[in-house]
This record gives sequence, C-alpha cells and structure tokens, in this order.
Amino acid sequence: MTGNETEEERLERQTDEGAQELRSASRTRELVITGGGMWPEEELGDTMIINMGPQHPSTHGVLRLMMELDGEDVLRIKPVIGYLHTGMEKTGEELSYVQGTTNVTRMDYASNFANELVYSLAVEKLLDIEAPPRAQWIRMMMCEMSRMASHLLFQATNGMDIGAISMMLYGWREREECLRYFEYVTGLRMNCNYIRPGGVAADLPDGWRERAIEVCDAVEHGIREYDELLTQNPIWRERTVGIGVITTQECLDRSITGPILRSTGFAWDLRKSQATLPYDEVDFDVIYTANGDVYDRYRIRLYEVLESAKIVRQCVEKMPEGDFRIQDKKVTPPPRARIDESMEALIHHFKLFTEGFKVPPGETYVAIESPRGEIGCYMVSDGSGRPVRMHIRGPSFYNLQAIEPMGGDSLVADAVAIVSSIDPIMGEVDR
Amino acid sequence: MADDTAREDNHEDAETAVDVHAPVIADEVAAAVVEQFPGSVFADSHGQAVVYVDRAVFADVAQYLRAEQQFTMLADITVVDHLLDGARVEWPGVEYERFEAIANYLSHPRNRRIRVIAQIPAADPSVPSLTSVFRGAEFPEREAYDMFGVTFDGHQDLTRILMPDDWHGFPLRKDDPAARVPITFNGDPHPR
Repeated sequence: MTGNETEEERLERQTDEGAQELRSASRTRELVITGGGMWPEEELGDTMIINMGPQHPSTHGVLRLMMELDGEDVLRIKPVIGYLHTGMEKTGEELSYVQGTTNVTRMDYASNFANELVYSLAVEKLLDIEAPPRAQWIRMMMCEMSRMASHLLFQATNGMDIGAISMMLYGWREREECLRYFEYVTGLRMNCNYIRPGGVAADLPDGWRERAIEVCDAVEHGIREYDELLTQNPIWRERTVGIGVITTQECLDRSITGPILRSTGFAWDLRKSQATLPYDEVDFDVIYTANGDVYDRYRIRLYEVLESAKIVRQCVEKMPEGDFRIQDKKVTPPPRARIDESMEALIHHFKLFTEGFKVPPGETYVAIESPRGEIGCYMVSDGSGRPVRMHIRGPSFYNLQAIEPMGGDSLVADAVAIVSSIDPIMGEVDR
Repeated sequence: MADDTAREDNHEDAETAVDVHAPVIADEVAAAVVEQFPGSVFADSHGQAVVYVDRAVFADVAQYLRAEQQFTMLADITVVDHLLDGARVEWPGVEYERFEAIANYLSHPRNRRIRVIAQIPAADPSVPSLTSVFRGAEFPEREAYDMFGVTFDGHQDLTRILMPDDWHGFPLRKDDPAARVPITFNGDPHPR
C-alpha cells in the first residue's frame, strides 16, 4: 500500500464496486419526522440517528431510544415511550376501590407491593381511616421483601446488560426465594393484590417467621457472592465507574428520585423523612454514595438489599398481634366463617364485592419510597364507588428523564449500561 | 350495626369540617403563597396544604416556591377532568372549571410538601408550562397533554408521549369513554 493513495483509490482497490456516493442525509431526516422528535432542522452532518428498541433485549421491555451517533460516540439520547400503554389510569376510573389494587399491582410488576400500598394509603386517606398496627407491620415486611426482589432483579438484568451473564442466573436464583415467599403468603408470585384498602388481604400463614428468616439468609448469602463477584472486578469497574454521571442538581431539576438521586450524594429516602409505615420503629440505614455513576447505582442497590433484609428480620421479631385489617364492615369483607352464620356479614360481603364502598368527595396525594424512588398516588373522589381520577406518579416515568443528561458524551455500549442502571419498569412508565 | 353508625358520624364530621373555611392558614408556605399571589385560596385537604391559584400565575408560583421557599423538586404534575363529577368539594373563593392542573411540590431542606391547583376552562384548555422552572415537568406535561388535551404554554416539545402520534381524541377525558374505538378483526367489513 502506498502512502499517498487517496480514499477513492483505496476503495477502488479493496472493493469490486469502487467508491460510491454516501447517501444524503434526507433518509435520516425522514426518520426524525416520523419519530415525532425534536431534532433540529439544520444539516445533520456526519452524525447518524439510530433507533435502539423497542424490541431490544437490553431496553427492559419496550423502551425505544433515539440516539444521535458520531461513530461510536453518543451525542444525544431521547427516550420514546408508550409502547406498553394500556390505559391503566383509565381502567382505574372504571374499577371500584375494592378492585383497584388488582389494577395498580400490574404497573410496577417488579415491586408490586409498593403500588398496592400507595393506592391503599390514598383510599384510606380519603376515608380518614388507618390500618391497624399489625397490618402496617405486615405491609412493611412485604414491601421490604419486594424491595429485595426488585433489586435482585436489577442485579440480574444489570449484570446481563453489562456482560456478566452468570450474574443473571445468580440474581434470578435469589429473587426466586423472595417470590416463593410471596406465593406462600399471598398465593401469587407476582401481582399479588395483597395490600388492600383497610389492611391486607389475609393474615400471615403458619411458619412465616422461619421462612422469612430463611429468605433473608439466602439473599444475604447471595449478596455477599455478588459483592465478591462484581464490586472489585476490574472488568466490571471498567464498564461502570465514571459512566453515566449525573449531579444532584440535575436529579432535583428533573424530578429524579430513588437510588439515582441517592447515588449523587443526596441521602433522601421517604422511609426516613416522610414515613407512612412504622419505619421509625425499625433500625436501618439510608445508603448513599457520592459519584452518581453506574457503578454507584449498582452498589446502592446491592447494599439496600441488606438494609431491607435487616428490616424484614426486625419485622419478624417485633410483629405485633391484632387485626390484619380494619374492623370496618363497610371497607373490609367479613371473615369467611361469618358469612355462613350472619345475614349482615353476607350482605356486607355481597355489597362489597359487587358495588364496593363509597368514598367521600375529596382529593389527596400520597407518596412512598418504592425501590425506584417516589411512587405517588393522586386520587380524586366524587363520593361514588369509583375514583374520578387515579393517577400514579411512577418513579420510572420520571427517572427516564435522566437518560438525557446521563447519556450525552458516552459510547453506545455505555448507553446500555446507563439504561440498565436507571432500572426502568416499562409497565409503570407507560401504565 | 354499631360500627356503621359510628362510621357515618365520621363522614358527617369530615364534610362539615370541609365546609367551614379556616380563617387562619395553618401552613406557613401556603400563607406566603396566598399573600404573594392575591386571589389564591388555601385549602386543608386531609391535612395536606393545597393552594388554588389563578392559572395565569401557575408557573410564577412554581418560580416563587423554588426561589423563595426552598421547594427543590416538582414531585408530580397532572390534570383532572371534572366533567361528570357527582359531588365536588368546593372551597369558597375558587371558581371551578372543568379541568384542573395539579402540581405537587416537595421541599427537601424543609421536608414538606405543597399542592398547587389551577382551574382550566374547557373552552380554552391551556396553562403555563412549568418546564422553564423545573425541567422534570417535561414528561408529565406531555402526558397530561396526551391524555387530556390541555396545552402547556411554553413547553418546547408538547407532543403525544404515550398514545400514537396520529391518535385522535384525548383518552382520559370523561367524554372519551373506554371502548370508544370498536375492536375489529381481520375480514370485518369496516376495519378501523
């Protein structure tokens, strides 16, 4: 090869077809217009617009990313969502308050208890009632168990996205322990519909203490393994340290909450600051780190599992006796045995499961800390048996706005790591 | 039966408590907002501070809360359609309209929340956008536009976000009932 060969001569020599005109940018622009995006109208130059998703294994469901690339460098990212929109907020207006939890539990399907809890709390707020202590402790235990399951799911998918394939199997293995516990307590592995307005659906079954401890043991053992496998692993650190950095101010401006906010050195956890369950009676720490990168978000979720296990262990110890749901026959159904012997119980049961209960007019917003951040429920009632508006503030929906500041000036492979570290659940994003 | 009467009593109490307008505003931030923006009305909604403001100052209130009252984050913004309400809690001094824009703010340093509600008439469904104050309003405002057809003036990219770009209608409006679009199968004489 001679040094003064031109590009055209090189192509002529290396290919049969010789040099060809690069296609004009018009094709790229066409994509832009149909995508409904807001790319600038000026000449795009050498950059290329690539659609990643919605059918892409590492986009966690059906997330589509429009990326402007310059070679391998990502210049800009824009998330395009709505592929999983099923009108769940509209459905929520059609369902009675008794049926509503079956709907919301399918939003964030990886941590369904948080959804059920925030819905139930909103209804209880409008009714001016409060669940009995045992119900609150059961809720707390199940929510923490679900935080463990959710973060283990994150560890599994995050590992797979970044290239630690064995991590996927390990994460799923420990998560399965949690799901088995859900099945044991609620009858269902996912979408449990266990937390309901007024309390929980059923009391804890026999042997729940031993099994809860077993789950905690298994999960803590698993976390130690992941820690050993990944935290100091040079390949893992190469892929995650300093990638997808976001600052506290960017998080606050864009309403980003949860582990992403805590990874920037901002120790904010609604369980500590605005707890709606007896979190002040258990001992746990808020995990936060200072760097705001993919690695920190991985570490936060890793250690939060241990804190959740700590809370579950304390729940096992301190679980109070008493009612598992409020003894208000207009809100919660009577025990099954009562239906056979009491006319009133039968009527209450029938009324509750046909037309539900009525909620006085009003509006309220309740927020709790889900594994992904602040999940809120804004509920408006007009005095009938169905909400006028049942809006869920999904943390994943807001957290997806973090892709833009995180994704600028990264590589395509990093984009996968960044999306994975946001841990979006598309069922909650699109609702 | 004793339970039932007790519960009904509770409900009556709640309703009368709503009807009486509190002369003293219990929430200091709400009091400051009412003072800063004349015409605003404070409401105590189940212990949560709510301020009803004129929609023209919707974004100004956000700016005020952020700059003067340390409200660091917009927790949520959404819209409600009150077209078919059976009953509605009405506070004196608020002129109620069909739509409402609801913004929930959160202050991390002060660990408190406040809710700001603006009434939006059906004839002109628009409200100032909060995106210039809180960038996080970008997605939820697009969602509110997509679902209710309420435009947010000043939003840079007010396009549909959840529904397809060519969708007609606004799904969460009360006059857009579920199953408005009939389900069609292959071979039907008039596919959609």
